[in-house]
Amino acid sequence: MSAAGGVLGSGHEVPGGIWRGISFEDRMSTVEFRVGERAHITVDSDVCRSCTTKACVTACPANLFAPTSEGGILFNYEECFECGTCYMVCNHEGAITWTYPDGGQGVVFHQG
Amino acid sequence: MGKANMVPAASVSSDTPVFDAVVVGAGPAGSATALALARAGRSVVLVERGPFPGSKNVYGGVVYGRVLDDVVPEWWNEVPVERWVVRRSTMMMTGTQSVSVDYRSAAWGEAPYNGMTTVRSRFDNWLATKAVEAGAQLVTSTVATGLLRNAQGRIIGVRTDRDQGELRAKVVVACDGVNSFLAKEAGLMAPAQASHHTLGVKEVLDLPGHVIDERFGLRGDEGIDIEMLGCTRGIPGGGFLYTNSDTVSLGVVLSLTHLAEAKVRPEELIADLKNHPSIAPYLRGATLREYAAHLIPEGGYDTMPTMITDGMLVAGDAAAMTLAAGLWLEGVNFAIGSGLAAGRAVDRAIAAGDCSAKGLASYRSDLEGQFVLADHKRLRKAPHLVLSERIQQRYPGLICDLVDGMFTVTNPVPKQGGLRVTRSAAAKHGVKLRQLAADTVRALRVFG
Repeated sequence: MSAAGGVLGSGHEVPGGIWRGISFEDRMSTVEFRVGERAHITVDSDVCRSCTTKACVTACPANLFAPTSEGGILFNYEECFECGTCYMVCNHEGAITWTYPDGGQGVVFHQG
Repeated sequence: MGKANMVPAASVSSDTPVFDAVVVGAGPAGSATALALARAGRSVVLVERGPFPGSKNVYGGVVYGRVLDDVVPEWWNEVPVERWVVRRSTMMMTGTQSVSVDYRSAAWGEAPYNGMTTVRSRFDNWLATKAVEAGAQLVTSTVATGLLRNAQGRIIGVRTDRDQGELRAKVVVACDGVNSFLAKEAGLMAPAQASHHTLGVKEVLDLPGHVIDERFGLRGDEGIDIEMLGCTRGIPGGGFLYTNSDTVSLGVVLSLTHLAEAKVRPEELIADLKNHPSIAPYLRGATLREYAAHLIPEGGYDTMPTMITDGMLVAGDAAAMTLAAGLWLEGVNFAIGSGLAAGRAVDRAIAAGDCSAKGLASYRSDLEGQFVLADHKRLRKAPHLVLSERIQQRYPGLICDLVDGMFTVTNPVPKQGGLRVTRSAAAKHGVKLRQLAADTVRALRVFG
């Protein structure tokens, strides 16, 4: 846990309001992740290439999925909330394989 | 789930149960199950994948504690409460307007209280500790990776990610949360049903306690819970804000299917809410302490999985117990209620020597005889109504314009009558008076 005081910035002039000022990295830096060595998410990019919606890209609250120029999906498992949004919104069965991280690993909420 | 779960359970050398019950997940449902079983003198192991109970858990507002009355006498003297909710506000909003129905009760600030705000890392730990004190064995940092079955295919325990980590028991109680991989593996729940789930995203913001008191009109350990409608860019769902001791929690709950279609990032909707003219003044100077996200099983009674099978019960979010019925938004109390009932049912089944689905059947009748399934059954149509297009996209604006039409002084133009104001607000939002009347009747049927 890092005390994230001040990351919001004090400027009231930020376009779109004062709260748009926080970067996604700063947002995620408020969350503790005990990152395990095993990736608990796997993505079959061959399946993703045929996907037209790529809903995981916008819906994932941790912003872990990014489209590649070849039409596939790049992903990062390290800062995952383990919510399950990605596999639930996925159109293509088998594209996203999702398990829990190993015991004691992964997100640790202190204020949940 | 990974391939590890596909290992044929014939590899299990012995069917002999080591525990009366293995309970998976030390959230409110699991700890309540373990507590009930341990108090009944049963041997029970409580498996938690996080480093401590509550570390994987997020909630959205209020814990209603009366379900604990029979379990922990005067629980309010020891529960890790942040604030007792004495004000409950429902806010209907557009981008620039809001209408609130605000209720405040002095009685809610006195024992036995109505609802509390809390922090799950502390609340869940407290309840798990109760189970441990009663004799349950808590094992943290351990994932139940799959079900153990005997040669006949009957569930006889769980496999974990620990060395020699098989836990054999007469009954498995799956309290493994909204994604319940155990219920899915047992064939009780569909693999992924986005339409039955919402995504909750939440920010916890630091704000000094005395500032919270002044801004929200509170004193001491009094708290407020505000539920909001019309703040999610038309994505079915809503917003919430509630006060803790020296933090404010705020977030949005979003229909998963509609969120995916809208191609909006969830944190943008939180930013919208924090910038809203009715909300922003409350939060001035607040800084982000922790961001969180969690799925919520909001489908209600008609989307609940089968809760009983041979050698296994399902409770809490794993059984879709969260009540998301508009005016009522409850979950932790339903998890505790279902866990206590599961514990009682397992105890009875063991006493009768029958842990088959038939032997465990009293779980269902117990739940139906109390609030857990009675409330869900009564409000079974509510999730659909609350997330419907007119409620979500038209009525908040209609109500705001109705109030605007009543209270905006238009001198020198004379005031309009109430009916005329209603007509013009309805017309502006594409709602016919006939539909308004029909929806009123429907709401009375659903909630009445």
